[in-house]
This record gives sequence, structure tokens and C-alpha cells, in this order.
Amino acid sequence: MARMTMIEAIRDAMDVMMARDEKVVVFGEDVGYFGGVFRCTAGLQQKYGRTRCFDAPISEAGIVGTAIGMATYGLRPCIEIQFADYMYPAYDQIVSEAARLRYRSNGEFTCPMVVRMPTGGGIFGGQTHSQSPEALFTHVSGLKTVVPSNPYDAKGLLIAAIEDPDPVIFLEPKRLYNGPFDGHHDRPVTPWSKSDLSEVPDGHFSLPLGKASIVREGAGVTVLTYGTMVYVAQAAAAETGIDAEIIDLRTLLPLDMETIAASVRKTGRCVVVHEATLTSGFGAELSALVQESCFFHLEAPVVRVTGWDTPYPHAQEWDYFPGPARVGRALVETMEA
Amino acid sequence: MTTDGKLTLHVPEPAVRPGGTPDFSNVKIPKAGAVPRPEIDVEPETIRDLAFSIIRVLNRNGEAVGPWAGLLSDEELVAGMRHMMTLRTFDARMLIAQRQGKTSFYMQHLGEEAVSCAFRMALQPGDMNFPTYRQAGLLIAGGYSMVDMMCQIYSNSRDPLKGRQLPVMYSSQEHGFFTISGNLATQYVQAVGWAMASAISNDTKIAAAWIGDGSTAESDFHAALVFASTYKAPVILNIVNNQWAISTFQGIARGGAGTFAARGLGFGIPSLRVDGNDYLAVYAVAKWAAERARRNLGPTLIEYVTYRVGAHSTSDDPSAYRPKTESDAWPLGDPIIRLKNHLILRGAWSEERHKQAEAEILDTVIAAQKEAESFGTLHAGAKPSAREMFEGVYAEMPPHLRRQRQQAGV
Repeated sequence: MARMTMIEAIRDAMDVMMARDEKVVVFGEDVGYFGGVFRCTAGLQQKYGRTRCFDAPISEAGIVGTAIGMATYGLRPCIEIQFADYMYPAYDQIVSEAARLRYRSNGEFTCPMVVRMPTGGGIFGGQTHSQSPEALFTHVSGLKTVVPSNPYDAKGLLIAAIEDPDPVIFLEPKRLYNGPFDGHHDRPVTPWSKSDLSEVPDGHFSLPLGKASIVREGAGVTVLTYGTMVYVAQAAAAETGIDAEIIDLRTLLPLDMETIAASVRKTGRCVVVHEATLTSGFGAELSALVQESCFFHLEAPVVRVTGWDTPYPHAQEWDYFPGPARVGRALVETMEA
Repeated sequence: MTTDGKLTLHVPEPAVRPGGTPDFSNVKIPKAGAVPRPEIDVEPETIRDLAFSIIRVLNRNGEAVGPWAGLLSDEELVAGMRHMMTLRTFDARMLIAQRQGKTSFYMQHLGEEAVSCAFRMALQPGDMNFPTYRQAGLLIAGGYSMVDMMCQIYSNSRDPLKGRQLPVMYSSQEHGFFTISGNLATQYVQAVGWAMASAISNDTKIAAAWIGDGSTAESDFHAALVFASTYKAPVILNIVNNQWAISTFQGIARGGAGTFAARGLGFGIPSLRVDGNDYLAVYAVAKWAAERARRNLGPTLIEYVTYRVGAHSTSDDPSAYRPKTESDAWPLGDPIIRLKNHLILRGAWSEERHKQAEAEILDTVIAAQKEAESFGTLHAGAKPSAREMFEGVYAEMPPHLRRQRQQAGV
């Protein structure tokens, strides 16, 4: 075991996989010599050489398109899009190609590829360094979408993603890179070293994709969330004193409906929390699924606490970001409903 | 000439529209044998003029002349002849099958047979093509089963793709034919990645990327050229310029560039332009590029100058946007007739053998068609199971798809 930040855990996952499997290659903008703008690939080029970890031209479609070609050849590319906000030029390659290769070729060609991208707000990133585009991936048949919330999960899930035979979108909440964040931006940041979740096993270990984690057991209301909002929800529960069962979904697709349904049937109430905008966000899917599978157990309408339906603003960061106060109000209202 | 005053937008137009007299006087055709054959390790900047000329081997008399000639034996050329004739016959039969309602859609290669048929012969087992929907010659010349191709077109019970794909969107890993996508140009950059992977793995295989004139305007084309250039990927970047992108003439995609081959020059990629209706020239140029790639000298871009004689697809009527007789005026002629004349001149073919081959090929294609139709057509006979709809989305079916399959009752 070693204490790691999320950055170190992500780097360690790639290190472990590059050492185990020479088919694993890592590339992206500033990923090689420099080690990534967030340091997630620091040292990998020195250790594994320029043909295993290298810098790419500034072309997201080129990065994803070439990675798809490599994956169909038989490599296992684990590539980086510098910010999730910049994945749109690669969206055609992700949706029309990576996601459908296996299906349209009846399994002749497959795409074992991971696309890592820093996601989420809470960092004064403004419109193009804060977005949470997960719903644009969960809507696509053939993709898996993963969002870790701590160093332990990040390493275990990234290793699982690299080993997975299908394309995986791996969204890394950059607000959590250096420490957990509960939305209290006016308080000092706690580093990962103060959290048990920074205890990460050495070497190879993986966590199954498609399995949620109950981060706080409770009987009053189920909170479905992921990424940074896991900590916001925990803060909200603590501050309101509501006995919430908080579920970190970890994988959005495939989704762990068993854990979700068991919890909502127990609590009878459900609050969905994400940073992404409301309309047609992943919360809508969660809400619909809970309503379909737990209708007769529900004692209150399913409530969603999300980012507003606006582009992510700069100055209004904390009016936009669904912090513990907003989440707490939703918990209280749901309990009173 | 611009003078002070209001700006005007330039919108390119083809020289002739329906009702007009076809005119290709603007297409500069050098004499066969006129373009030199550089060494394969040539410095790209020293052969820039090759991107503005046309490499040709067969002259007007059917003789093979110049530095790009002399690579193929009589037997190889006869085989090439049969490949092109097979593709043309296959196209004709499938076009009729579509008109008869046996399938929803078809796209023919009429006039472009030499490009994919000759190119295929320059590759080795293990190499991978990333084709568009108009390179079925790669399959025909590569010995892929015509019955399987037809079963794919019919989406029947033996369709290798289980009815999931539109007709002509073939896929065959074994035959070095990457799964075709409806999204244009996406495969161009994937080919570069596949070639990079071969180089990363210290393998000996090379990739071939394919794109049409119209699709070079897609951003993936540019991404592919950047990556191929940066990493010196072992890839052949093919552009089939058949003058038309559905109804849009090539000038709309090409803009002010003299040629499509010229696009490669800005990326430092050796770029050749070749007579796409000259089987010998296509083969010679493909061989040159393949050798460069195999010797780790990096990518080559090739523009094949040809003409789309047929409609864009079975859903298209070209008489709405170009003169009906335009293909007759095309100065590079017909690839099958040109190779036929050459083979007769070589003493390796005759009118009689040609007629005999036509009859044999027609019989073979009809036999394949009968066999394929015994497994069903789109609206009649056996079909792929509806269960197949849910398979293969992922390696393992996730719970939500299992539930949906159950709901669908299949």
C-alpha cells in the first residue's frame, strides 16, 4: 500500500499496465516528455520510451482516430484528451466509430481503448475547462463510461478500463486530482494524504466496471451521485443531519441498477446529484430508471440537483456549482415531501 | 481582378451542366511514359511536380511505355483483367437485384475498377486496407467470397454482418478489409493509427487509407495527413478522384489547389498523381508506395484520376446535375477496354477470349447470386435472427441490454 493523490493513482495504473502489457500505449497532447498538464503521465516516457508514451499533434479527432486504428491492430491505447470540454472534435470518431466497430463488423474488429479526460468544474475553469459531458457518452450504445471519485477507485477502475475489451470513456474529476472537495470553497483544501481513500494497493489490482459503491449507509433517502458530488453529498448529509444513503455510481454505463434499486426500495426516497446541466443530463436517466423500478416504494418524487441549464460561467462559479447548501435543501425537502 | 467596392463570393461551378456538351479540355493529360519514376527514398520536395502531373503507362495504342512499365507478367495482367470484369459484372447484377427489390441499396464502381483491383495486387497478406464504400475490387481481387458479399448486400441469414449493416458496408479482417463506416473520412485517420501500431510493434505490415475527392474536405483527412507526416507512418494515403461527390463536382472540395495530390505536399508527404483507369500505372504506383512504407520511409499520398461513370448510388440520378454523355467524353477512357487492348497487343488476350471470359464470369456471378439468394434476400426468405440485434454491442451483454432483448421477446 502507498498513499497517492488521484493524479499519482492514475499514473500508477498506467505504469502498472504498461509494465504488464507491451500493447498498452499512452499518448495525447503534452502527454509525453512533459508528462501531461496535470502530471498524470509524468515519467512514463522516460520509463517506457517514446514509442510507448508520446506527444500528439493538437487534434482530438486525430488522437482518437489513430487510437482506434491502433486498437483494431491489437494495441491497447490509453489516450488523453486534455479537457473533456475539448472532446467534441473527436466525437464523431468516438460515437460513429469506436462505439460501433464491434457491432458493425460482427466482432471482426474491436476497440479496446480508454479515452481519459479531465472533467468537471469547481476550479474557476469557465466555459471550456469545467464541463461534464458524460450524458453525451452514456447515450451512445457501445461505450462504457466511468467516473472515479478517489485515488483507490481511480487506479482500480483505470486498470479495469485498460483491460476491458470495449472502448471506455474515463472521466477524471480534475477538482479531485489533489484532494477531496465538498463544495466548501471558502475552506482550506484537504490533501489526499489525510484521507484513507488515498491508500492504494501496490502493483496490479482492479475494480469491476458496472459496480457502484455505497459510501455512506443510511435509511432516510438514497443519493445517487458520482465524481466530485460524492463529497458534496456527504457534506450535505452531515450538515443537515439527514440519514442519507450515498451511492457513488463509479460506472455510469453499464449501471449498477441492483445496488440503486435495493437502496431506493429501502429508503423510499431518492435525490440525484450531478454537476452537469439538468435537461437530458444523466440524472434524467437515473430518475426514470428509479421511477420504473421502484415506483411502489417511492414516498416522494425523485429530485435532481444539478448544474443549471447554462454554459459553465466564470465569475458565478459558486452560484452554478451545486454545493452542499443546495444539495442539503433538496435532502430536507425530499424528507419533508 | 478585385477593385474597390463590394465583395462577391466565389462559388466554383463545373464547366458543363445537363444539356451542355461535355468538355474535359481543362484536364491536362500528359503522354504515357512521360512522368519519371523516382527512387523510393527520394526527398519529397524534389518530386513536387509529380503531384501536378499524371503517371501513365498505357498509351493510346495500348502499348506499355516509360519508366513505370514492365512490372507485371501476362498471367498477372490476365488475372487483373478478370478481377475488373468480375467487379463490373458483380455490380451490374447487384444493381438489377436492387431494382428488383431484393435489397434496399447498392453502389457500383463503374469506370473505377482498375483502382482497387490493381492496388490490391501490390499488397501482401497481413496488410490492412481502410476502404470507402467504393473499393470492393479489394475484396474481389483479394479472393473474398462473392457469395458472402452478396449475402451482406441481401442482409440474409448468411450475412457475415448479421443484417446490422447497410449493403456494401463489408468487413473482412482476414482479407485485409477494414469494416466500412457510413461516416466519411473516419477510416482515413484510423489507417494512420493502424500503421503507427504496426511500427510501434516493429511489425512488417502496412496500411492503406482510402478516401474520395469530396471527402478530402472532411477534417479527418487533414488529421490523417498530420499524423502520417509527424510519425512517418507506414501508410499509403489513397485519394480516388472520380470528379464527383454525389452531385458536387470536385472543384468544390479541391478549391484553389491545383490537384488533390498537391494537398500532400504541404505535409511533406511524397505525393503522386496517377491515371486511375490505367491498371498498369495504378499497380506500379501502389507498388512504389508500398515499398516506401515497408522500408520505413514513411507515407505516400496517391491521387487516382478517374471518372464515376455510374450514378453515385441506387438512390441517385446523375442526369439531374451532369450531362448524360459526360462519361463517354472522359479522356482517360475505360479501364477494362484499355487493359484489353494492351493484352491483345501483347498476344496474351483476344476478342474471343474476352467474350469467353465475359460469359464465364457472368455464369460464376449468377451462380454465386443463386447461392446467396438461397439464404434469403432483404424482403424474402431466411433472415438473420432478431436476437442478433442485441449481440456484439459489447463483448459481454450488459444487464440493460439483456432486459431489452427480453422485452423485445427475441
